[in-house]
Amino acid sequence: MAAIEKVRFTFLDRLIKEPVIYRIGRDYDVVTNIRRADIQEGIGWVILEIEGEQSAIDQALGWARSLGVRVDPAVGDVVEG
Amino acid sequence: MSHVSSLRCKECSREYPVEALNVCDFCFGPLEVVYDYDSITKVTSRERIQSGPNSLWRYADYLPAEHNPTVDLNAGFTPLLRSRGLAERLGLKELWIKNDSVNPSYSFKDRVVAVASAKALELGFDTIACASTGNLACAVAAVAARGGMKAYVFIPSDLEAGKVLGAAIYNPTMVSIDGSYDDVNRLCSEVADQYPWAFVNINVRPFYADGSKTLGFEVAEQLGWRAPDHVVAPSASGAMFTKIYQGFKEFELTGIIDDVHTQMHCAQARGCSPIATAYQEGRFVIRPVKPNSVATSLAIGNPADGYYALKVIEASNGSAVITEENEVAEGVKLLAETEGIFTEGAGGVAVMGLKRLVETGKIKSDESVVVYITGNGLKTTELVADVVNPLHIEPSVEAFEIAMAERMGSQRSE
Repeated sequence: MAAIEKVRFTFLDRLIKEPVIYRIGRDYDVVTNIRRADIQEGIGWVILEIEGEQSAIDQALGWARSLGVRVDPAVGDVVEG
Repeated sequence: MSHVSSLRCKECSREYPVEALNVCDFCFGPLEVVYDYDSITKVTSRERIQSGPNSLWRYADYLPAEHNPTVDLNAGFTPLLRSRGLAERLGLKELWIKNDSVNPSYSFKDRVVAVASAKALELGFDTIACASTGNLACAVAAVAARGGMKAYVFIPSDLEAGKVLGAAIYNPTMVSIDGSYDDVNRLCSEVADQYPWAFVNINVRPFYADGSKTLGFEVAEQLGWRAPDHVVAPSASGAMFTKIYQGFKEFELTGIIDDVHTQMHCAQARGCSPIATAYQEGRFVIRPVKPNSVATSLAIGNPADGYYALKVIEASNGSAVITEENEVAEGVKLLAETEGIFTEGAGGVAVMGLKRLVETGKIKSDESVVVYITGNGLKTTELVADVVNPLHIEPSVEAFEIAMAERMGSQRSE
């Protein structure tokens, strides 16, 4: 099933140098579209849209998480106190 | 009459019509409500506000929805109490406590849900929903019951039964979700995309958030039309914290109060402190965390408005302070013992944050301070269950006197 997700990647330290977004596009056949980003010394984040089969998106995000990338909904947490 | 002109992206400033939208199509930035302040200034006055209802709707000129009695539980206009006991304990001459734990469902969430539900009806929704671990669920379920709306409340399945009772009693459709905190977040985002509901903190979030401006308006009015020198408020998503300040600034902009010089201080618990940690590390990038705090109502690891909370701190020359996990209950007890107010963990975080700000000299003894108490302790009694320690006696005066002597003896030796 085709799907689109809006996510925020947060990278720490060494991961800033990793081409994570390129690799999820190449290895998982999803289309990535960066909308906003901020990279500073030691930390950075990228807000992007990912489009593809839901299973491919899930695998791509799972792989990013396994590298140590923090993956969150682009709009922030929706579960409130 | 509404003075709303549009929605606008807080990042790229693109404008959108006043609809159930919360994210900019271009940059995925959050949307906020844009008001015509010239139009508000023409009609507003202290007298007009004072002649309004004793609820948050007395500030209707500044809100994005019309007052709708159908979903009105009379939220807001809660007491602002001049502190004596706590002020003396902390060495402050002018401390005020905004006791928002006495709202209809016992938290400040009644304010945001009041505005969100009124707007939802205006936009044609018959169903409201939320994802919550407590207070928000109670507020949504209560207002839906009052207004005859359908309510869907999503909760993590590992939530203690006591925490959901306050919502379940209003008979919403309650959905308990297995999985991690991240799983619950993700499912709720997907449900909000797929169902034609007003998800109060998702697709109607711009309107919802503005309900918290009334926490600023009310304090300014109750202080005799002035903003305090300092505000100390607990923070989770950062939305309420930013909106308190926006409330002060809107009153200033429309001529209701004089120049605002309030320093805004955000309090978080150690186990979930992404905003305060970013502040203390001197950066504006929020590093999301996995929440692990006894102050459960503040447990938002990826705060939607965290960056904007940091900007408010910067603009107001304020700060952020972290309360240790083992101090949270101490703060709850301190407020109860000195002021007669029983708050939840978030209040304990705020009280101990205030204490730290005084100890470190950020707040001076002769400055005016308002500390916001945003939720009621009766929902989270397990946090302070150890206070229950009655004198246990046989039914005789002799037994009573012996027990009293023992208690007084033990107090003297402490």
